[in-house]
Amino acid sequence: MNAWGIARLVAAKDLRVEWRSRILINQVLPFATLVRVMFAFALDNDQTLTRVAPGLVWLATMFSLLVVVQRSFAVETADGALDALQVAGVRATGIFLGKSLALLAQLAVLELVLMGAAVVLYRTEVHAGGVVLLVTTYAAATTGLAFVGTLYGGLAAGAKGRETLLPLLMLPVVAPVLIGATRATEAALGTEGATPSDGWPWIGLLILFAALFGVGGTMAFGSLIDE
Amino acid sequence: MNLTSSPSPTSGARAKHPTSTRFTRALGIAALVGIGWLVLFGLFLSPNDRVQKTGVRILYIHVPSAWLAYLAFGVTGLSSAAYLWKRTRNLQWDRLAGASAEVGVLFMGITLVSGSLWGRISWGQFWTWDARLTTTAFLFVTYIGYLAVRDLGGTHQQRAKRSAVMALLAMLEVPLVHFSVKWWRPLHQNETVEKGKLNGLMLFSLFIGLISFTLLYVWLVIHRQRVLALNDQVDDRGLDLALAARREES
Repeated sequence: MNAWGIARLVAAKDLRVEWRSRILINQVLPFATLVRVMFAFALDNDQTLTRVAPGLVWLATMFSLLVVVQRSFAVETADGALDALQVAGVRATGIFLGKSLALLAQLAVLELVLMGAAVVLYRTEVHAGGVVLLVTTYAAATTGLAFVGTLYGGLAAGAKGRETLLPLLMLPVVAPVLIGATRATEAALGTEGATPSDGWPWIGLLILFAALFGVGGTMAFGSLIDE
Repeated sequence: MNLTSSPSPTSGARAKHPTSTRFTRALGIAALVGIGWLVLFGLFLSPNDRVQKTGVRILYIHVPSAWLAYLAFGVTGLSSAAYLWKRTRNLQWDRLAGASAEVGVLFMGITLVSGSLWGRISWGQFWTWDARLTTTAFLFVTYIGYLAVRDLGGTHQQRAKRSAVMALLAMLEVPLVHFSVKWWRPLHQNETVEKGKLNGLMLFSLFIGLISFTLLYVWLVIHRQRVLALNDQVDDRGLDLALAARREES
């Protein structure tokens, strides 16, 4: 079977596990919403909240990403499933792409809810003019996050102290996404007079990031999970 | 410089100094003398700067350690690539990468602390969100993560492969962080750690700093990678020795 076929099987398996366990809906989404409410407590000013809402959406996404990635690989390591896949001769490229795809789908749902929460909680307004930019930002940033999440999740999987290792490894790497996606979202929402045209250069950065880690991950994933 | 031979831990004469050789002793003495000179020139003989006053003396430590931190991470990247390349695959490269990263983290720490002290004197604040500073801080954290990955366990080959991939990913990450921060705060991009005009004696002090810190780096890396080699030997032979000892007992 080619890598793409494997990827689809792995992604479908991950999403099925998710659908049956409902961890994303029952635990991660409430966690992400809680983080949003905590931000509101900490910042304690309606105007400030509206101003920094795009950054908070992405910050909450990063924290939730950690939780989702931990979960995604906990499923694999619990019964030595990752090792079993490798012993069965399944190509690592397929596993990487499949897990990234499943992560992408879960993050997309999460971000949609977080953005909706921003509109309700932080009085963010989405204008028709910025919708294309907003959707492109989400697509590009989420793809990059899914690749990085899978790559470092695979590395930390099965390691001692992986809960603490993963944030240490992953957060510095996703910083460019946080910056780029925040700025592009600000442009799409017109925060502080920004216009959608200000956002497009950041899309370039986000796409470059996703492409580099997509290619890097495809090449490196096999060596990282090799036990 | 002989990086490949690690002295046997059991050879009698060397047992006292298991990682030192005549070369490293000479190197260590040279580094020590250089640092003595640096103290003399940096603290006493070189004059105050017109603008920064005595604060300029921090630069004699700050600039060399920053240069060495970047050099160290460069060495880590290159030796990781050398390990991953099949023709040059040798655990020696992995240990060199690890040793260099450890020393790099040390120098990066010195860079950040001395830099923020200097910033407090010159700019009135310990930290600014300028691209160079932020990238440096990220580099520091990234290589701490790299060292954590080295400790994950497994066979030497697993460790080497995993950490070599990590080192290359870190080299991919650093330019991305640098450029994104540069775009993020475009107003600050010119606010870099410029030295201003340095007179001859100041330049000479800086030069001594560079030379003596470079010697110190080489000395530390040679020792560290030999200690790492001994660690690997202990891992490899530990079980055999334990078994042999057990047999003798019975």
